[in-house]
Amino acid sequence: MATRTFAIEDVKTGDITEAVYEHPFIVRLCHWINAVSLFVMVGSGLQIFRAFPSFGAKIPQKDLIDWPKSLAIGGWLGGALQWHLTFMWIYIATGLLYIGYQVFSGNYKQMLFVRRDVSGVWPMVRHYFLFGPKPPVGEAYNPLQKHAYSSAIVLGVLSGLTGLAIWKPVQFSWLAWLMGGFHWARLWHFLFMWALLAFVFGHLVMVVLHGWNNFVSMLTGWKKDPEYPLE
Amino acid sequence: MSTPTDSRKFKSINRRELLKLTPVVALGAFAIPKLQVPLLKAGLGFSDWASAKLFRSAHLAPTFADSDLTPFAKFPINDYDVDDPGVDLEKWTLTVAGAVQKPGNYTLAQIQALPKLNQNTRHVCVEGWDVIGRFGGARLTDFLKAIGADATARFVAVECADDYYESLDMATATHPQTLLCYEMYGQPLTREHGAPLRLQIPTKIGYKQAKYLTRLKVTHVLERVGYWEDQGYSEFYGL
Repeated sequence: MATRTFAIEDVKTGDITEAVYEHPFIVRLCHWINAVSLFVMVGSGLQIFRAFPSFGAKIPQKDLIDWPKSLAIGGWLGGALQWHLTFMWIYIATGLLYIGYQVFSGNYKQMLFVRRDVSGVWPMVRHYFLFGPKPPVGEAYNPLQKHAYSSAIVLGVLSGLTGLAIWKPVQFSWLAWLMGGFHWARLWHFLFMWALLAFVFGHLVMVVLHGWNNFVSMLTGWKKDPEYPLE
Repeated sequence: MSTPTDSRKFKSINRRELLKLTPVVALGAFAIPKLQVPLLKAGLGFSDWASAKLFRSAHLAPTFADSDLTPFAKFPINDYDVDDPGVDLEKWTLTVAGAVQKPGNYTLAQIQALPKLNQNTRHVCVEGWDVIGRFGGARLTDFLKAIGADATARFVAVECADDYYESLDMATATHPQTLLCYEMYGQPLTREHGAPLRLQIPTKIGYKQAKYLTRLKVTHVLERVGYWEDQGYSEFYGL
C-alpha cells in the first residue's frame, strides 16, 4: 500500500515540513461515531445495571456495585433500554463498516497485531512505564499500539456478541451456551465493558502525551511531522 | 518526495477532510430534547421489528433438569401493584372475547381439560435477574383452537385482576411452549404467583407473562399494548 505523503512549504518562512496521510476517511468517520456510541452504550448500560446491580444467580439480591445515577444515561430502566437498543444498531453498523473497510482496503496492515510484533511489545512497555529507552519507530503504530488497537476491536466484537446472547438467549441459545449460559453472558458483557473502558483510558492518556499533530490526524487524516521516517 | 506543497493548499485540503466528518454531528440530534423522544422511539421500534424477524416458532427455549430449579421459596414475586389482588377463586372464569367463534366465560376446569404440559424453563426479568422454574399448564395454542380463534388475527390481549394488561403477537401466542399456566412446581398457582391462571412464556421477557388473568381477547388491532410497554418499554421483547 502506497502511503500518501506531502512536503509542505510554509508560505512565510519557506520551512519544509513533512506530512503523511495516516487515517482514511472511513476510519476517521467510524472512530468518532464509535466514540459517541460507546459513550452512550456504557452510560445506558450502567443505568440498566442499576436495576439489578448484582450477578447473584438468585433472589434475594445483593447489590454488588452501587453505581451513581449521575454517571448513567436514560434516567430510568425503560429510558436506558431505549438508548441501549437504539445505539446498539449504530455501534454494530459502525463496527461492521470499520472491519469491512479495514479488510478490503488492506489498511488493517498498519494496525493489526501480528506475530512479528510480539518481540517489540516489552521494549515499548519498558519505555512507557519503566523509563526505558525509546525503541526505534519504523511505522505508524508501534507494537504495543497495535496490540492495544487490535485488542480493542476484539473486545468490541465480544461486547456485541455477549450483548446479543443477553438480548436473545432463546433465539441464540447456542451463543449463550458458549458463554456458560445467560447468567455468565451478562457477567462477560459487563467485564468486556470494563476492559474497553481500560483501553479508552490508556488511549486518552496517549492522545494527550502525543500532542496536537497526532490528535489532528484523526480529524483530517493528515499528520504533520510524523515521529517516524517516511519512505 | 515530490515538489513541496504550499502550506495554504495543505490547510484547505485539511479543511475539506475535516468537513467530511459532518455526518458525525448528526448524532447531536439525540441531544435535542424535541428530537430525542421520536429518535429513541424509532430505535426501540426498529429493535422490536428485528426481534419479531428473529423469532422462529421452531426455536424452543432451553429446558432444564429438576436439579437446576431455583427453590420455589426463592422464586421472586414481582408485580406493579399488589401481591394478591383478591381473586375469588371459586367464582373465577376467564372471559374470552374478540375474533373467536366461541366467546364467553371459561372455567379453570375447562382449561385444565386441555392437554397438560410441564416445563422447566428460565424466567428472565427485564431488571437483569433470572431464575429457573417448573411450570405446568395448557398450551395457549390449544386453547386458541378450542375457542375457535381467527388464525389470521395478529394479537392476543389479556387483562388481569390487578388491572395489569398485556398483549402477545400471534407467532408467540401459538408457540408450543407458551402456556396458560395454572401450576408451579407441581402445585396450583399461589396467589402471589398469579392464581388461578397466568401466562408463562419462556420465549418472552418477564413483564409479558401476566398474572391473575381475567380476560382474553383475540384481535387484529391493539388499542393498548401493555402496562410497561405503554410507558416506553419494548413491545415485542422476545428472548
